[in-house]
Amino acid sequence: MCLAIPGKIVEFVPGQAHLGTVEVAGVRRKVDLGLLQDDMPVIGDWVLIHVGFAMTKISEQDALEQMHLLHLLGETEQAMEEVHGYGLEDNDDHRSAKAKAS
Amino acid sequence: MRYVDEFRDPELITKASAEIHRLADPRRHYRIMEVCGGHTHAIYRFGLKDVLPSNIELIHGPGCPVCVLPMGRIDDGLAVARNPDVIFAAFGDMMRVPGTNGSPFEHKARGTDVRIVYSPADALQIARKNPDRHVMFFAIGFETTAPSTALTLMRAKAEGIANFSVFCNHVTIIPAIRAILDSPDMRLDAFIGPGHVSTVIGCRPYEWIARNEGKPVVTSGFEPLDLLQSIVMLLRQLQAGEARVENQYKRVVPWEGNRAALKSMAEVFQLRPYFEWRGLGFISQSALKIRDEYAEWDAEQRFPIPGTRVTDPKAAQCGEVLKGVLKPAQCKLFGRECTPEHPIGALMVSSEGSCAAYYNYEHRKAAAMVTSISSVA
Repeated sequence: MCLAIPGKIVEFVPGQAHLGTVEVAGVRRKVDLGLLQDDMPVIGDWVLIHVGFAMTKISEQDALEQMHLLHLLGETEQAMEEVHGYGLEDNDDHRSAKAKAS
Repeated sequence: MRYVDEFRDPELITKASAEIHRLADPRRHYRIMEVCGGHTHAIYRFGLKDVLPSNIELIHGPGCPVCVLPMGRIDDGLAVARNPDVIFAAFGDMMRVPGTNGSPFEHKARGTDVRIVYSPADALQIARKNPDRHVMFFAIGFETTAPSTALTLMRAKAEGIANFSVFCNHVTIIPAIRAILDSPDMRLDAFIGPGHVSTVIGCRPYEWIARNEGKPVVTSGFEPLDLLQSIVMLLRQLQAGEARVENQYKRVVPWEGNRAALKSMAEVFQLRPYFEWRGLGFISQSALKIRDEYAEWDAEQRFPIPGTRVTDPKAAQCGEVLKGVLKPAQCKLFGRECTPEHPIGALMVSSEGSCAAYYNYEHRKAAAMVTSISSVA
């Protein structure tokens, strides 16, 4: 529950001002940026993501350390499962594949 | 202590540990509560106890959302889910939590439409894609998660999505800390304040703990060095006879919190007069309910809710463990009837629950040691 996943903003979603695409360990997913509306990130910024929402902006160094922390806590797999699972994509094939696997 | 070589600044960790040993008065016994379940997990995972002097006792707090939810709320949510038009959506953490007639997963096996989501926004997306069904999101979590549910409800209202609702179980951390401080069998010296909850609420809400109760609070990050530095900061205050709120996790936690997040919570939620917590009982103004302006999206207003109250299994001592009065292994069921594979209490389900953390890192280690000793013998 307390999992916070670092991601880099790589693009904004056209026509949906509150959504941004983040990249987490090579995986790209849409997340909601609404909680940062007072201090919106720009492309290239790093954010901590919790349950599909960017919570706070962080430095690149802190992002790398957060990823390492998830590794040491044994939570990398869980974090990547969460990122893969974010369902705001137009194509949700990854989701049905995941559901079949489990 | 485990993993220390893999970690950044092992030298700093050694220094912090030495500083803790220097500061800790051998004539005193320190009881420090880490409020957040994420910290509990990190403390066991990294074996931090091994580098602390024996007179520093870490008490595990109530900050595990799955653990504090009374079984009756799960039963109530699943009662709605049995309606064939309803899709029950919840985080993966909830899926194995036992209800009276089984966990959400077990209900799924019996035909209830139960789905794991990773975000409240995903539950709303399922509603968009299934206009002929009703999607109920079973919301749990402290202030870290509540703003995301609030924004999702604001989006549902703005888009006029009628087939979506939230069964709200969001709770707030401050009243739980107050209940613990008010508990007569609890004596604490200081608090390691939650990390990610504080990104939302900031540090000011803890000030009364320092001012009125005379206990230092340090909001902390999750790395071993963060936690050790937080303990150093707490000990320095205790040694100087001070009680202040300090922020060790400055790189992530702004002192004033996240205004946009607080605003969205205020827009959608109001405080409930009281709410039941597992182990802590009824605590006034400790949970959030959905405001009347959003009643159309409030599952408790849209569906008949049985209002189930369930007494926890008598032998299970989840309440005492949750309050920090008992250690996990002191519960009669720990490691026997109640294991992560077959949890009886919720503290054994979530990785943030102190029983699961203790079982996975301490109990298994001890069991392996016994096996190796007996194989030598």
